[in-house]
Amino acid sequence: MAAQEVQPSETIAKLKSESEALKTKLEEERAKLHDVELHQVAEKVEPLGQFVMKTRRTLKGHGNKVLCMDWCKDKRRIVSSSQDGKVIVWDAFTTNKEHAVTMPCTWVMACAYAPSGCAVACGGLDNKCSVYPLSLDKNENLAAKKKSVAMHTNYLSACSFTNSDMQILTSSGDGTCALWDVESGQLLQSFHGHAADVLCLDLAPSETGNTFVSGGCDKKANVWDMRSGQCIQSFETHESDINSVRYYPSGDAFASGSDDATCRLYDLRADREVAIYSKESIIFGASSVDFSISGRLLFGGYNDYTINVWDVLKGTRVSILFGHENRVSTLRVSPDGTAFCSGSWDHTLRVWA
Amino acid sequence: MSAASSVVAMKKVVQQLRFEANINRVKVSQAAAELQQFCIQNALQDPLLTGVSSSTNPFRTQKLCSFV
Repeated sequence: MAAQEVQPSETIAKLKSESEALKTKLEEERAKLHDVELHQVAEKVEPLGQFVMKTRRTLKGHGNKVLCMDWCKDKRRIVSSSQDGKVIVWDAFTTNKEHAVTMPCTWVMACAYAPSGCAVACGGLDNKCSVYPLSLDKNENLAAKKKSVAMHTNYLSACSFTNSDMQILTSSGDGTCALWDVESGQLLQSFHGHAADVLCLDLAPSETGNTFVSGGCDKKANVWDMRSGQCIQSFETHESDINSVRYYPSGDAFASGSDDATCRLYDLRADREVAIYSKESIIFGASSVDFSISGRLLFGGYNDYTINVWDVLKGTRVSILFGHENRVSTLRVSPDGTAFCSGSWDHTLRVWA
Repeated sequence: MSAASSVVAMKKVVQQLRFEANINRVKVSQAAAELQQFCIQNALQDPLLTGVSSSTNPFRTQKLCSFV
């Protein structure tokens, strides 16, 4: 019986040309539906008036760069993490520190509040994500109750609880994202597809189902199915690392902030980029983005120490906020949309309203 | 990477691209209209957009004065 021998190099060549053909087809399909720009559709919308947003609280206490922060669902507590290895829980109304934990590593790049408000998760150069239950007893040593949940083979860049305290989603410098069971530390699902460090992630609003978006140093933003582990959509229009991704409140789109000094909006149903938020005068990277609760405003924290506020529909900048004395590294709008908090390499956090 | 594993890797890439090429898409005009509608419907409930007054925004409430 004569077996037909196909050299691997021939097969690879065939696969390569098929992949090129598919990429072209993908672009063509997307282009067919590109009948108008978002800002054109938005021409008839009332323009926004002047904004008066000021720093209403300054949280001082970290000994080094603030790298990450998250709001508690109670709309007043905040957890923040820093290069100095400290994770602090603040009452943003009073600016009091309620808890402080010293991590065994420096560069705690990720932190998140549990939905119940009873625990926080954090990690960074230790390649892990650990959960600390918050005690009402101020004297209790939180570090004693620490639970190691996630283990990556490189730094932890972001973490988020899913809609309960029981599961955590992580992203890492090892190029993967992963879903973990908090109680057992078991890996429930891993997400492979980025070609370089994954820097950020965001979960879809609970009404829209089990997906999340991640952004990485490969300039790609990927949307994943949490149950199957499959990448369901991928967007590659940024020209540099994507530092931050955030879902639009309806769940139908997401924004990204990148080292290419732009923020962009990607619509999931049109499967394409639909807006770019940029100006020639903005040349420093955007480190973090978040929407106001109606989705009309996009707040971007930048490496030039400023916060730019964009009209999402019209694509124009409506305000520029000064105050931080070094890079803005993290930014989140509060759960009820009454304020947003920014963290900076200047060691402080600011609450703006 | 061996030749055989390169083939496996490339097959995965092609499979993923096939999947992505076949998803259902809507026109930008329709998607944009829906994004816009969401903004408009929720505009009044957006405190940062409407500029909620000091009496209702806990962060805008004046703190106790301190003597310098």
